[in-house]
Amino acid sequence: MKFGKMLRDALRSLFRKPVTVEYLTKPGRMVPVSERFRGRLTYDRDACIGCLLCVRVCPSGVIASTEDMKVAFNISRCILCGQCAEICPKEAIKLSTQFEIITGNKNGLILK
Amino acid sequence: MTAERDVEREVEVEYTRLRIPFGPIHPALKEPVLLRVSVRGEEVVDVDMALGHVHRGIELLAEGRNLIQTLYLIERICGICSHSHTTCFIQALEEIGGITPSKRALYLRTLIFEMERIHSHLLLLGVIAYEIGFDTLFMFTWHVREKILDLFEKITGNRIHHAMNTIGGVRWDLTPRMVEEIDAYMREVEKSVKYIHNVFMDGTVEKRVCGLGVLSYDDAVKLCVVGPTARGSGVDIDVRRDHPYAAYDELKRDFSVVVERGCDVYARTEVRILEIFESINIIRAILDRLPDGPIRPKENVFRLMRGIPEGEAISLVEAPRGELLYFVKTDGSGGLKRLKVRTPTFSNLIGLKPMLIGCEIADVPVIVASIDPCLSCTNRLIVIDQERGESNVIDVDSLRHRVRRRWMRQ
Ligand code: SF4
Ligand code: SF4
Repeated sequence: MKFGKMLRDALRSLFRKPVTVEYLTKPGRMVPVSERFRGRLTYDRDACIGCLLCVRVCPSGVIASTEDMKVAFNISRCILCGQCAEICPKEAIKLSTQFEIITGNKNGLILK
Repeated sequence: MTAERDVEREVEVEYTRLRIPFGPIHPALKEPVLLRVSVRGEEVVDVDMALGHVHRGIELLAEGRNLIQTLYLIERICGICSHSHTTCFIQALEEIGGITPSKRALYLRTLIFEMERIHSHLLLLGVIAYEIGFDTLFMFTWHVREKILDLFEKITGNRIHHAMNTIGGVRWDLTPRMVEEIDAYMREVEKSVKYIHNVFMDGTVEKRVCGLGVLSYDDAVKLCVVGPTARGSGVDIDVRRDHPYAAYDELKRDFSVVVERGCDVYARTEVRILEIFESINIIRAILDRLPDGPIRPKENVFRLMRGIPEGEAISLVEAPRGELLYFVKTDGSGGLKRLKVRTPTFSNLIGLKPMLIGCEIADVPVIVASIDPCLSCTNRLIVIDQERGESNVIDVDSLRHRVRRRWMRQ
């Protein structure tokens, strides 16, 4: 009976290494992510020329222009689509592979 | 005549007739639904549906945004078929703007599309297994699915919201290593799905779901259900074959449309299992014949967006759950005048009524799951005893106990 076969598999998996992995919060000990993974933004303020293209394409209103003709990011709103990094002519915005964005301090999520 | 009616009324008083609100909240959906199920004893006698809960107003939101912003917004309509939504939208834009994506871009779009179909169908098979109380199979199915999500992350950078489409092409290309990985995974998934199919054909599962939730061919045609729900009732429709889009025109000979005539939950499940094999065939054909060339136009998206004139278009794709329709009307300056989305679940929900009437209350979850509604259903039900005006809450777990008890009986 096939049902029994499934039961056998279920029993066997009791002795196998678990498929799920422990969530480790220490940096460097986390589950590896792929190269293309879109994580927390990084911003190179010196490279930015203030063209404001990124402000106009961002779908969730993360980016605002600042007085000195640069931009600032409110990362808590970011949906990690990567459109800003794609459109930036100077590659001033990049998406890192860091996926832990949560902090206890909201100001830590403002990127300038 | 009057005497007959009196007899009927007597019966109704004798049995407590309950109305059970089933639903509605599930935030990941465009169409959360509330089913008011009236039961007499254990039997469902009537179903009433109410739509419109947690209406997120995405269509209106889109009208205040430019086209690029809308692209990422509509991807959030659904977490399972996000690629179907963007493809459908982008196709409409490309038609208005007269932009033809390269062959390679179309093939890559199709590739992600079929991978999405596999992961969506695997998800549903797991849900059905769970609803009939077969947790081992549920875990097994989702374990297979997990790997395809990792593959998505490798190709596009995100497991769920791939952000693959862009105006005139796709954003990420395949590297030779990825091609190998997809190929290896396809072999694995084929083996696993054969196994899952085998288990689903087992007598115990068959007994549980055969003859359950019957939607006859005539009803399916009359109610205009779409996708695997329709194909499980013998209606031979599939947008991929009937109105080919993306690269499906050239892949026509590499897949066939799966149609089952069982009309019940089992048939709909079987359609999905067999469709996974068809998707594997399509993916293999794509990897075999992937054309060379650029994946997107050289201009940046902003300029492309500006170039899209005022106009309107309708676009159709076959999402994992059925036919998905977009109506797009642009305003000529990079914005939208109107966006209308008709998702497959919207068409399929209406088919629930004939399916549910006459079934037992313990069967409601599995029947609702069998149309693969984009709703993870109820967290709890409120049972209102109309005779006494009492209401008590049945949570899903105790409903599942009933399900299991019933299964044990068989
Ligand atoms: S990744 Fe997307 S949401 Fe985040 S800042 Fe860039 S454009 Fe905006
Ligand atoms: S697109 Fe790049 S260069 Fe232009 S404002 Fe944004 S960060 Fe600066």
